[in-house]
This record gives sequence, structure tokens and C-alpha cells, in this order.
Amino acid sequence: MIDVLSYQFFQNALIISVLSSIAAGIVGTYIVVKRMSLVSGSISHAAFGGLGISYFLGMNPLLGATIFSLLASTGVAFFRKSAGNRLDVLLSFLWATGMAIGLVFIFLTPGYATDLFTFLFGNILLVSAADIWMILALDLVIVAAVSLMYNSFLAATFDEEFAEVGNLKTGIVYAVLFGLMALTIVTTIRVVGIVLMIAILTLPAATAQLFRKRVKEIMALSALIALFASVSGLFISYYLDFSTGPIIVLILSFLYLFGMLAKGIWKPVREKGTVRANCKNI
Amino acid sequence: MGAREIIGLKGVTFSYGKEELLRGVDLSVKEGEFIGIIGPNGGGKTTLLKLILGELEPDAGEIRVFGNAPKKGRRMLGYLSQFKDIDFDFPITVEEVVLLSRIGENLFKHYGSSDKEAAQKAMERMGISHLRGRKLNELSGGQKQRVFVARALAGNPKALVLDEPMANMDIHIQESFYRILKELNKDMPIVIVDHDLEMVSGYASRIICVNRCSAHTVKSHGIGKEKMREMYD
Repeated sequence: MIDVLSYQFFQNALIISVLSSIAAGIVGTYIVVKRMSLVSGSISHAAFGGLGISYFLGMNPLLGATIFSLLASTGVAFFRKSAGNRLDVLLSFLWATGMAIGLVFIFLTPGYATDLFTFLFGNILLVSAADIWMILALDLVIVAAVSLMYNSFLAATFDEEFAEVGNLKTGIVYAVLFGLMALTIVTTIRVVGIVLMIAILTLPAATAQLFRKRVKEIMALSALIALFASVSGLFISYYLDFSTGPIIVLILSFLYLFGMLAKGIWKPVREKGTVRANCKNI
Repeated sequence: MGAREIIGLKGVTFSYGKEELLRGVDLSVKEGEFIGIIGPNGGGKTTLLKLILGELEPDAGEIRVFGNAPKKGRRMLGYLSQFKDIDFDFPITVEEVVLLSRIGENLFKHYGSSDKEAAQKAMERMGISHLRGRKLNELSGGQKQRVFVARALAGNPKALVLDEPMANMDIHIQESFYRILKELNKDMPIVIVDHDLEMVSGYASRIICVNRCSAHTVKSHGIGKEKMREMYD
């Protein structure tokens, strides 16, 4: 175990695990509590378009992914209200179009086969130093924005109408939130890839939500769950010589199922307590 | 001149697409009043409130809230939305909900001691300060109502506007809630949308019936059932 830690690529993988878990824990919490997993799926697949283009041009794929995911998130924020019930069509459009653009450009690039696989399903062991700097910068932006705007995010996601009556510009709040979602997606591409990304964006927060009752607490627990899954998945896949993405996702799935079961066992006891407390206070 | 006008509508007309919902509605809410807005479902009650709150723009006519356009004047209103629009499974505590009315238009709001004091006072007034750390879905229906009134109060409103806060509440909770409102009415005018005519008419100083394209003002007392039925049809 000590041996493997001395390898540069393994150290990079550990650093990325920490950075992406922080981003996914924080932003994934909003995705789960506001039920926006379709939005996050759409933006992540749109990111694949930019990833393919920059891969074709010989640039860092994460750069193109950042640009495309930010464009997609801006589009969703802009049309969120006016699209109304049709928002799901816009999301499907971004989802499929981004994916198709990415595939076309990757097919156009010679020697695509193995790289395509890592973009789609992740391989945390292939992280470069440039990736680390970029993901560190994105993490700082995410943490800074959420610390500054935590209360307005809470107001707009919990009860948008009330926030609007108080004259909060909820359109701006959601545009920033979707932008942060875009950046988070970029931080997790290396870890689980585009196709499996929905898992790291939603499962840690969904598991944490079972046990904590405030957004802040869910963020912290969710980041820890993501970190545990990434690091343990990293070791397991290293020793089994297996792709990291699927292992990390399976650990997250297992933790979520375990949480649901634990909650199912505790639930009757808690409900009793609640009913009794309520009777006292009416 | 009588008491100061809080909310004023003159000749307000509003349509959803081609369908006219409100036509030439006049309404004036004065200091100290307790106004009940009633009417059949789809008759325009909630639309009338949304116009007052500046969430919808009228096609014609003028709306003033504290003498200003709704988007400006609404800051002085305490608002309670319909419960069906609230996600009670959202991970948020009672105190966090109450503090939300302190944010206003500040995108980067951080709560200071004056915000915490205002929230504390509002929770004490509603008798829910012992529930401050509870999650919303751990509360009873009556407690939830108190939380949302406390949230409105923490913003130091000059009037309260409520949109059917009684939906699906049993009769005892409704009654105790109306008693709370009656108490608050000593300090501020209240406008409440409710479909339960009998309940609201026992407390309101004036009843407005809104039914597609018309809004009648009627006195709350001495109004016969038949007259009411007539207005609903």
C-alpha cells in the first residue's frame, strides 16, 4: 500500500478524489434537494460536445468541457421560466446534441478507442498535473460562491415565490447555481466519466439527506461519502486492475442502498416519536 | 379622508391568453382592515393576489401597494403562499425558514444579530421558538402554519397577504389560525384568500367575492346563504 502511494499518478488520483468530492458533495446537495438530476444529466452530456472538440484540436479536453457545460447551464437558466412544462424537451435536446457532437469529433480523431472509453466511464488514474490545477481552480470558485450565496441559494431553492416577493433576483441565483453545476461536472469527468456522472452528483447527497436535516450538514456528509467512495474505489480498482469509474459508482450505490435499509429499519421508531411530540404541541 | 390606503386596485383587467379572468376590478384595502377574498375555484382569487404581489402584470388598470408599484411596495407585505407549493421534505429547520424573510434583495446576505433577533421575536410571538431546530416535515399542520406566519412577521411587514393557508387543515386548526390572525390584525391589515366562506366571514371585516370577471364587495355580517350562492353562480 505504501508502495503505490509513492507513484505520481496515484498521488494525482488521490488529489482529484478530494477535489471532486468537495465539489460533488456541495453542488450535488442542491441537485438532490431541488430535484434537478435531469438538469445535471443534461449539462454533463452537453459537456461531452466540448470535450470532443478540444480532444480533436489536441487541447486539454477539460477546457472544452468547461466551455460547453457553462454554455448549456446558461441556456437552461435563461429558458427555465419561459420553457415551463417544455423544459424537459430543452434538456433532452442539450443532452443528445452535446453527446452527438462529442462522438463525431472523437471519431474524427485518430486512435480514439481507449480515450473514448475513459471519457465516458472515467479513469481517475489518468489525471495530469494540468487537470489538477484546473480542477483546483474550479473548486475554489464553487466553494467561494456557495459561501457567499448560501442563504440566497436556500431561499430560491426552498421557496422561489417567496424569495421573489422579497425582491430577490432568483433568475440570477439559478443562473449561478447552474453555472456551479457545470463546473462541478468538469471536476468529476476524470473520476466517473460522463455516463456515470449522475451517480456522483446525486447518490452521495441522496444518502446524506437520509441522515441530516440541514443543507449545510448534507453537503459535508455528502462530500465525505463521495470521498470515501472515490478513495476506496481507487484502491480496489488498482489492486483488481479494473476501471475506476464503475467501482466508485458501485460503492456509492451500495452506500445508498445501505442508507435506505437503515432508514427503513429506524423509520417506525422515529415516526412514533414525532407523532407524540406533535400531540403535545397542538 | 379615512384611514390610509394600503392596497389599491383601479379598473384592473387581466386575461390568461384570450380568456378574460378579471375585468375592471376596483379594490381598496385600508389600515386596520381584515379582508377575506372568496370565490369558486378558478374564479381568479389567486390571480388577484399575484397581481397585488407584482408576480403578474395587469392588462389594464392600476395597482398601488403602499402608494408604489407592486414590485416596489410588496417589500412591505408579509406573504404566505399556498401550502401545496411548498416542498415540506426540503431539508430546512424552522429557524432557517423564519430567517428567509430577512434576505430581501441581497444576493450575498449573511445574517447578523438584528436578523436573528427579528426571527427570535417572530418565533416567540407564534409560540414556536422551542421548535427552532426541528426539520419542517417533523411538524404538525398547525405548527407549519405558525412557522410561515413567523417567517412573514420576521420581515417586519406592514400588512399580511395570505393565499389559502387553510387548505386541507381540520376545523380546529383553522379556528385557532384565524384567532392568531385576528390578534395580528390589531397591528396590521390582513388580506386572506380562503374558500371556506363560513369560517372567513366570522373574522373578516369585509368580504370580496371574486368570480370570473367580477369582484363584489359585500359586508361580512348579515350576508345570507342565498346571496352567496348567487354570487358563486
